[in-house]
Amino acid sequence: MNIEESKDFLVSTASLKEVRTFSREVFEKINLPQEQKDELVLAIAEAAQNIVKHAYKDVAETSDRMEIKISLKDSDLEIGFFDKGKAVIPENIQHRKLDDIKPGGLGTFFIKQIMDAAVFKKDQKEWVNHLVLTKKI
Amino acid sequence: MTYKVTEDGNISTVFLNGEIDMDVTEKAKEVILPIVESGKEVHLNLKDVSYMDSSGISVLIESHQKALEHNTKVIVKEVSKSVLKVIMMAKLEQILNLE
Repeated sequence: MNIEESKDFLVSTASLKEVRTFSREVFEKINLPQEQKDELVLAIAEAAQNIVKHAYKDVAETSDRMEIKISLKDSDLEIGFFDKGKAVIPENIQHRKLDDIKPGGLGTFFIKQIMDAAVFKKDQKEWVNHLVLTKKI
Repeated sequence: MTYKVTEDGNISTVFLNGEIDMDVTEKAKEVILPIVESGKEVHLNLKDVSYMDSSGISVLIESHQKALEHNTKVIVKEVSKSVLKVIMMAKLEQILNLE
């Protein structure tokens, strides 16, 4: 089964629910265990949250939009995130150590746990950041 | 997210309802932390929380740590299966007081 669906959202914490709704609607069309769909929705929501939290850090309010594209080709799932926030330096992204118990720093860890790969690409002129999450499902 | 708080002696039970994400964590903290800071024991009932992300997990950690500072405790109760999975992914099931 092949799928390619995309949607854009206002860069805001208030959009996160909408991001989850979009993701759930797409995954409804794919035959996967509910548990795995829930994990994928979490990974997408965490990546979207990272855009709001980090790419737009110190930006109180913006009219910018971010785009999420979910593609499935055979068993290769690819989820693209596009934003126009501050350029991400991939080398600086790291989750906190799990035994260092403190609030924050878990979103990237969840993404890495759930997905096979997370790569920032520099292939989009009209966007600043393009994150690609992939997973064989 | 909606919530309800009930009191029984020195125990306050906070019933959270809905989805806990970054958009509502401040609201959740505003409800939970002042009770913890008052020294009361807090029971966080999550039976009606259908989704929690890393921001929600941060609220649980902050509440737990604040309770330790105030010589009290936060007990997380009736965790739904989906939320338990996220807690376990963060390897916090041995850290938080889960019942």
